Amino acid sequence: MNAAANKHAWLVPLIGAVVLAVLPPLLSPYLTDLVVKIMVFSIFALSLELLVGTTGLVSLGHAAFFGLGAYTLVLASPADGGSMAWLAPLSVGAAALYALFVGALSLRTRGVYFIMVTLAFAQMAYFVFHDTKLAGGSDGLYLYVRPRLGPIDLEQKLHLYYVVLAALVFTYALLAVVLRSRFGAALAGIRVNEQRMRAAGFATYGYKLAAFVLAGALAGLAGFLVAAKDGVVNPELLSWHESGAVLLMIILGGLGHLRGAVIGAASFVLLKELLSTESLVGPLASHWQLTLGITIIAFVALLPKGLIGLGERLGLGRKG
Amino acid sequence: MDLATFLVQCLNSVQYGLLLFLVASGLTLIFGIMGIINLAHGSFYMIGAYLAFSIAPFFGDRFLLMLLAGVLLTAAFGYLLEWAFYSYLYQREHLQQVLMTYALILVFEELRSLLVGNDVHGVKVPSWLEGSFALGDLMSYPWYRVFASVACIVVALGMYWVVNRTRLGMMIRAGASNRDMVRGLGIDIQRLYRIVFAAGVALAALAGMIAAPLSSVYPGMGGSVLIICFVVCVIGGIGSITGALIASLLVGFVDTFGKVFFAEFSGIGVYLLMAVILIWRPEGLLGKRA
Repeated sequence: MNAAANKHAWLVPLIGAVVLAVLPPLLSPYLTDLVVKIMVFSIFALSLELLVGTTGLVSLGHAAFFGLGAYTLVLASPADGGSMAWLAPLSVGAAALYALFVGALSLRTRGVYFIMVTLAFAQMAYFVFHDTKLAGGSDGLYLYVRPRLGPIDLEQKLHLYYVVLAALVFTYALLAVVLRSRFGAALAGIRVNEQRMRAAGFATYGYKLAAFVLAGALAGLAGFLVAAKDGVVNPELLSWHESGAVLLMIILGGLGHLRGAVIGAASFVLLKELLSTESLVGPLASHWQLTLGITIIAFVALLPKGLIGLGERLGLGRKG
Repeated sequence: MDLATFLVQCLNSVQYGLLLFLVASGLTLIFGIMGIINLAHGSFYMIGAYLAFSIAPFFGDRFLLMLLAGVLLTAAFGYLLEWAFYSYLYQREHLQQVLMTYALILVFEELRSLLVGNDVHGVKVPSWLEGSFALGDLMSYPWYRVFASVACIVVALGMYWVVNRTRLGMMIRAGASNRDMVRGLGIDIQRLYRIVFAAGVALAALAGMIAAPLSSVYPGMGGSVLIICFVVCVIGGIGSITGALIASLLVGFVDTFGKVFFAEFSGIGVYLLMAVILIWRPEGLLGKRA
């Protein structure tokens, strides 16, 4: 790894953002929708990357915050549509608040137990939305009018596209700054050796809790956007399948890199889309789970470091 | 709630708990000994249930023979599976295993839909276990549920004997408490892994076969069992079979009585139980302190 390449590492995400910004005129409505989906899941994956890749806290209940952000938007939206100025902070805040509660309790445990406790809290949230009539039960709810802000109206596909892109750039930049800060260094230290961090005088519990809440808040932002995109929410957004899928994305991309989360989210969404498109894979399309499963098994067998490891192996990528 | 209803619910709790124990004990052993988070464990339960549905017509009323055949088949299947997919995961990080076993769930579910389809099926209770006996004046309790509980108890006793009284059991207990030391003592750890994994698969499948006549056989039945069994393992303490037994029964009672008293919030009860227990004892009821 040479210093020159390292110095320009920040160029890659910048170029990516510029490409995404000029892309819409070239895209069909279907592709626009797909790119928006990829960007939303990238935000979701980035938020989990802060926990798993940076801090070493494996959460299998991250979809709870995602779903909570989505439900908050739908439940809080007035009948004639509300302003993004207060709806977005509300969604993010609700997710952050639940993350504070879950994090405060579950961070008492570690390792596999932590995985399971986060799962348990997510399942609790899932069953509250699924079994009770508080929010439409298992059918979910519709968002009749999407939020606005001044001239921006999320009812329009193009506006939605740029709002999601802005959110992605914001999330990526925020996390990049966090990782380079003292706080980020402390989180990385906790991942490598928590005992030593404690011995060095860090109150690790507080650092982990702060990371957990930040990750939950960003997942809530992704949830807000997915509800605005689809116009419908249902309990499946909070299910453990969703938590598993987002964990899959960041492992697939390669842990320990922000870029890995975006690459993983993009490849997972694209892979699922490609394998279930009938014009591409023929009759296999209705069995996309089988082909997706086999593809993932092949990835695990051949690429222990994720997709980003493939680039490194070919001498393309650099740690960033 | 009168006494007879209470009794019926207690029997249901025990029966559900024991069934969970069969699945969870395999899961807890596989994690405790092999160190693998096996997300695909619920699929083995599903495979067992579908196996019962597929082979029941050939066996007719010879239900016990069918269970035996199913156990042998799935144990062989588990043995092969460990060799083909799991054997190179031991040196990898936990997360790689999560990825792999998640992929296996997808593959199993899709193969199931290719082979048997997506319809909900029922399996007939064998004729010698049909009917029910009276409990009090109004209630009755089906014989098959009694059979299910007894079968689970017999298997649990068998497991207790193997784990505590045989040489293999000694190796399993040693493996659960210190894997590296067992390897250091010259025990063929690969073979031990394979046996434990095959036994875990067979136990989960057996639970699925026993459950098949009780509940219907439906797509996605593995997923819900998997999550509940993780809860059981964590409450009991990972790697502890006794812990898994206590936790299974606890979960059985909380779930069954939760459905009676708080129908709307019944899904939450089990997870609430787990959260409370973990806050009280972060390593589970009988887990070793990390």
